[in-house]
Amino acid sequence: MSINQSGWRPEMGDAQGSNDAPTFTGNRALMLEEPLIFEIADNSTTGVDFAEEDMPASRLGGLERQSDIGLPGLSEPETVRHYTRLSRQNYAIDLGLFPLGSCTMKHNPRLNERMARLPGFADIHPLQPVDSVQGALECIHELAEWLVKLTNMSSVAMSPKAGAHGELCGILAIRAALEARGEQRDVVLVPESAHGTNPATAAFAGYKVQAIAVTPDGRVDLDKLKERLGPDVAAVMITNPNTCGLFERDMKAISDAVHEAGGYVYCDGANFNAIVGRVRPGDLGVDAMHINLHKTFSTPHGGGGPGSGPVVFSAALTPFAPLPFVEKRDDGFHLVEEETADEHHGQSFGRMVAFHGQMGMFTRALSYIMSHGADGLRQVAEDAVLNANYILRSLEDVLEAPFGKGPCMHEALFGDAGIAEGLSTLDIAKALIDEGYHPMTMYFPLVVHGAMLIEPTETESKADLDQFIGALRSVVERARAGDESLKGAPYHAPRRRLDETQAARKPVLVWQEPELAQAAE
Amino acid sequence: MRYLPLTQDDRQAMLAKVGAQSIDDLFVDVPEAARLNGAIPGLPMHASEMAVERHLSKLAARNLTAGQAPFFLGCGAYKHHVPASVDHIIQRGEFLTAYTPYQPEIAQGTLQMLFEFQTQVARLFGTEVANASMYDGSTACWEAIVMAGRVTKRSRAILSTGLHPHYVSVANTMAKFTGDTLVTGAPELTAEPDTDSLIEQIDDHTSCVVVQYPDILGRIGDLSKLAEAAHAKKALLIAVVTEPVALGAIKSPGEMGADIVVGEGQSLGVGLQFGGPYVGLFGCSQKLVRQMPGRLAGETVDAEGKRGYVLTLSTREQHIRREKATSNICTNSGLCALAFSIHMTLLGESGLRKLAALNHGRAVKAAEALTAIPGVELVNKSFFNEFTVKLPREARPVVRELAERGILAGVSLGRLYPAEDALGNGLVVAVTETAEAEDIQALADGLKEVLA
Repeated sequence: MSINQSGWRPEMGDAQGSNDAPTFTGNRALMLEEPLIFEIADNSTTGVDFAEEDMPASRLGGLERQSDIGLPGLSEPETVRHYTRLSRQNYAIDLGLFPLGSCTMKHNPRLNERMARLPGFADIHPLQPVDSVQGALECIHELAEWLVKLTNMSSVAMSPKAGAHGELCGILAIRAALEARGEQRDVVLVPESAHGTNPATAAFAGYKVQAIAVTPDGRVDLDKLKERLGPDVAAVMITNPNTCGLFERDMKAISDAVHEAGGYVYCDGANFNAIVGRVRPGDLGVDAMHINLHKTFSTPHGGGGPGSGPVVFSAALTPFAPLPFVEKRDDGFHLVEEETADEHHGQSFGRMVAFHGQMGMFTRALSYIMSHGADGLRQVAEDAVLNANYILRSLEDVLEAPFGKGPCMHEALFGDAGIAEGLSTLDIAKALIDEGYHPMTMYFPLVVHGAMLIEPTETESKADLDQFIGALRSVVERARAGDESLKGAPYHAPRRRLDETQAARKPVLVWQEPELAQAAE
Repeated sequence: MRYLPLTQDDRQAMLAKVGAQSIDDLFVDVPEAARLNGAIPGLPMHASEMAVERHLSKLAARNLTAGQAPFFLGCGAYKHHVPASVDHIIQRGEFLTAYTPYQPEIAQGTLQMLFEFQTQVARLFGTEVANASMYDGSTACWEAIVMAGRVTKRSRAILSTGLHPHYVSVANTMAKFTGDTLVTGAPELTAEPDTDSLIEQIDDHTSCVVVQYPDILGRIGDLSKLAEAAHAKKALLIAVVTEPVALGAIKSPGEMGADIVVGEGQSLGVGLQFGGPYVGLFGCSQKLVRQMPGRLAGETVDAEGKRGYVLTLSTREQHIRREKATSNICTNSGLCALAFSIHMTLLGESGLRKLAALNHGRAVKAAEALTAIPGVELVNKSFFNEFTVKLPREARPVVRELAERGILAGVSLGRLYPAEDALGNGLVVAVTETAEAEDIQALADGLKEVLA
């Protein structure tokens, strides 16, 4: 029996044909173009229903809004479709390997999302009476205990909102400690390979920033550092493992020298993923270190945040830590705020944020940490380091590895030597997009020419690494051979290379109705 | 371990490839004394999903949630209904698990969303431009004060007594280190905000006046005169909005002459979350944009002439300018900005206005119900969805007693200003669309009983 009475037969069609002609819509099958909401929505449409009820007389003080705001609305189906279409123009860790060095793009477990959304955490107000939020305070306290033990430090400030905010927290505590000693020190030493946030933070806190010399093998030059240390140096900011993907072998000696000279050691903990569970910064003499929960402890990056940057402190800096924080006492958990701080924490440098930090990130991070446990976290570091070394050794025949004599930590660093004249790291990165990958970190750290910093993380399988290595090798071989077509890459992404110069020269930062935009020109 | 794909065989094969006998060979650079030979003692081992969920659920169950109680807390964080589709969309992996859009060819989703967000925020605030978000309202407020210092090359900032005291604390903390002078004070329980006294204090050294709108007690002051007075002395007016829903009902600060408008965007899309993550909003005039902190998405074209978006004006930022950057901010609140933007798109102009009207209407009804209680006085002449009442006794214990009865009654001024005895009887009550008539009745009944 046949139900197809029409005579229609499925056919393969002509596989030889190709059609580059534009489509009516501008779409290319699953690659869908999406206008701005301002072009498809209007001010009278809404996707939210409200109860109709009688309104009492207004008490707005005569400041009722008279003019239109200009906020177009969409119904729910249109809204879901708009954002779903936009989402498909993004690369993401859920789609594939995301080897951005120094960013630790690892898998984000979905259990964490579920935990953060428990109403007991998600639907409580920061100013509720503390008796009504004991479970939330206990959650913060439990995560704090983990962070202190994993780092072998004395205490942790949980309120900083992201890594850079954590750096500021650490530097402010150092400054408060120095002031308590009655000392005016005005220099912070930062290696050239540091993240841009380090010098920006030190400057924000009122310090002069000076460079630390680096040895030819990519590490802080201990002897030169010792020479430079003196009564004007407040702190040294060091990333360990550093941004070249190397462990600072002399870290303990550096700390000792800095302490001897009366300064403090700030460690940028962005790369903690390489050593978590295997090395504790407290054993290396560190005084303060921020921990990016959105890196090492897997809270999602969300296209640029929110992050969370708790800062662990040594005993020397603990009295200067910011308020508020959670304290466990016999009768339960307390929130130590300004009013209760005087007895024990009068030296605190103060408050950094309105409330108590990134609760939604704490629940996710605790869920991740408990899932791994002390044994699993150690394995995280080991697999992250093994994966990076595997990439380093698999590509060193085609890419220059400037510090590749010994093993690397969690990220592999290459330079652009050997790439044909006229082609660059940028071209390699953009060609990787066509291969289906997010590019590595480019041109950072600044100490390596045309740097490519690759951090695979521990959540990649060997098969995925092999495919990535194959793709990068293929692109690099083309670059070595002078394949000019790389300059046009990417060819298959939702957009070709974008004109960043035009964007900066004549900034268009908000949408305007076309007639207004034209009139403004 | 369920999150680690490498098998033992893989590890062996890979160690062979890298020429290592064991994993320890890859950690040789760690000084002997700092090497740990096994799992850190005293910490638990790995746990199943079920076990983790059970533990965290127990902790969560020990909190009284906003949804379980008649709920009236505000003061910088507001309970609003967030449509289900918001949370659905922000959990799409392409948004949730993307990085900052440094490679624009494969991040147009995030970049276009940020461009839309910036436009929505600018329109809501009545400013020409807005950035792609800050950590939260309090840090946005501090950054605005620093920015005003850069623009005016002055360092004396006058903070309204109606500015959220935690925002003032944050500014005070930072000012200690930057050498800015801040003029601050606690509010008085008067019907009108402190506009006149702010105007009197503006002088030739003033970089900016910072005023919250509506203020911490819920009062709404006209900013026009203040803007005029500030501008006459070449100072900037910074307006701080902790409840963006209000701007669906009242004039925008930009319309009244504010130069920089910052705020907390938590009300739309984000939820309470015990204080974070939230989303800082930051708008200003076009001519100040190069002094602005934070990321900016801008429109441009690609090599084929198609419209697209990139992060732009990054020469202001730390990854380019390092110690000369306008701020050290890097990661901000991207996903919360997305939630804000989706919620705003769902509301649209008409929805936001209805939402605002409903909030105001419910607040007026609640104010009437509470002031009917003997001894309870309304402080405000004007308010949006939040007002202050003066109780016949200290408010802080009253709030605790009501919490024990399952009513989350508001924020006592004693909690916010522990050193100010004159404010001890003040209670700030926020009433949003989530407070139904029966909730308002429960609050009024409960308060009457506790005060009796």
